[in-house]
Amino acid sequence: MITQLQHLGAWALKRFERLGRSHLFLFHVSAGLGELLTRPGLVIQQIFAIGVLSLPIILVAGLFVGMVLALQLYNTMVNFGAEQSLGPVVALSLVRELGPVVTALLFAGRAGSALAAEIGLMKATEQLSSMEMMAVDPMRRIIAPRLVGGALSLPLLAAMFSAIGVSGGFMVATGLLGVDSNAYWSQMQANVDLFDDIANGVIKSIVFGVVVTWIAVFEGYDAAPTSEGVARATTRTVVNGSLAVLGLDFILTALMFGDNG
Amino acid sequence: MRQSRAVEIWVGVFVALGFSALLMLAMKVSSITSYIDNKGYQISAAFENIGGLTVRAPVRIAGVRIGRVSDIRFDSDTFQAIVSMRIDAQYNHLPLDSSASILTDGLLGENYIGLEPGGDEESLKEGDRIEITQSALVLEKLIGQFLFSRSQGGASK
Repeated sequence: MITQLQHLGAWALKRFERLGRSHLFLFHVSAGLGELLTRPGLVIQQIFAIGVLSLPIILVAGLFVGMVLALQLYNTMVNFGAEQSLGPVVALSLVRELGPVVTALLFAGRAGSALAAEIGLMKATEQLSSMEMMAVDPMRRIIAPRLVGGALSLPLLAAMFSAIGVSGGFMVATGLLGVDSNAYWSQMQANVDLFDDIANGVIKSIVFGVVVTWIAVFEGYDAAPTSEGVARATTRTVVNGSLAVLGLDFILTALMFGDNG
Repeated sequence: MRQSRAVEIWVGVFVALGFSALLMLAMKVSSITSYIDNKGYQISAAFENIGGLTVRAPVRIAGVRIGRVSDIRFDSDTFQAIVSMRIDAQYNHLPLDSSASILTDGLLGENYIGLEPGGDEESLKEGDRIEITQSALVLEKLIGQFLFSRSQGGASK
């Protein structure tokens, strides 16, 4: 009984320790952000590795999500004679929810895992400690550019996801289902608000970008310097990153759209 | 550190694509034009009951959208709802004695304001108030009236 309690306490202490360490870590990284302004090359390289290389999966996923959304919604909406509203429904669900969230989930899997594995391996092969030996701060040289690159890439990826999703929905709605193409766009424009919907979606994706990249670089930096430790860090990045995105999405949605649905 | 040129080009393409996607969302998906083109004029109308009318609901005349509801207030002196509408600048020949009613788009659609043109020579200008208004039809009231008239009809027989 006592040992079980001890285990529970040790487990809780470990959780809190990691939570505290991750926040101190973020604080340390933020201290190095200013220096990046003088070396934008580091960030550009990370945007390439994180953003550009995630482009294919985001675009394909966006296209298909938009097309499937239009197909599925049409089946129900046509019963109410509301197929004219297909445009706004597809656009709102993409811009408000699916764009930021699905992009962030894919991003955690595609870019987050790569970041964690990269940094974890750097640690396991003692590249990070040799950098410190040469008086190069790995926080500034390695971690900070990745955090900024991720936080900049995700909003852009999410915008592309939503845009191509709306276009995919348009192709299915007008080409396959015979919805009037003018109604699709005009109803959408009448019901989607630039600030309430699109700007809030962008804010969401910025938050997700920071959080997912933060989790990825922290897990990599905090990994046990063994191959097993790197494997675990990668898994934790995807799992914790996805859970954080879903949880935060609920909070943000409640804050942004809670008052009038 | 030297950057390889291809990386820079790809990042440039990526950022350009991202921003053009944002631009497309702003221009094509939402109606950014309604924010830019704000040259219209403001008129208002007082209603007994606005039903489910919301801000940004369309204002229509003969079924054509000519403006939007810009503000809804409650006047605590007259106990009426004051609805302000912004009418697009190109529709500047609406007769002064036009009437406004709150209608529903289809059976389940959203509420909108329908304007019915009058015969006045003068036209509505910035700040004018539409005098003749008709409230929204509230279904419960309608059913109540219907039942009331039925029971009265039954009693008189």
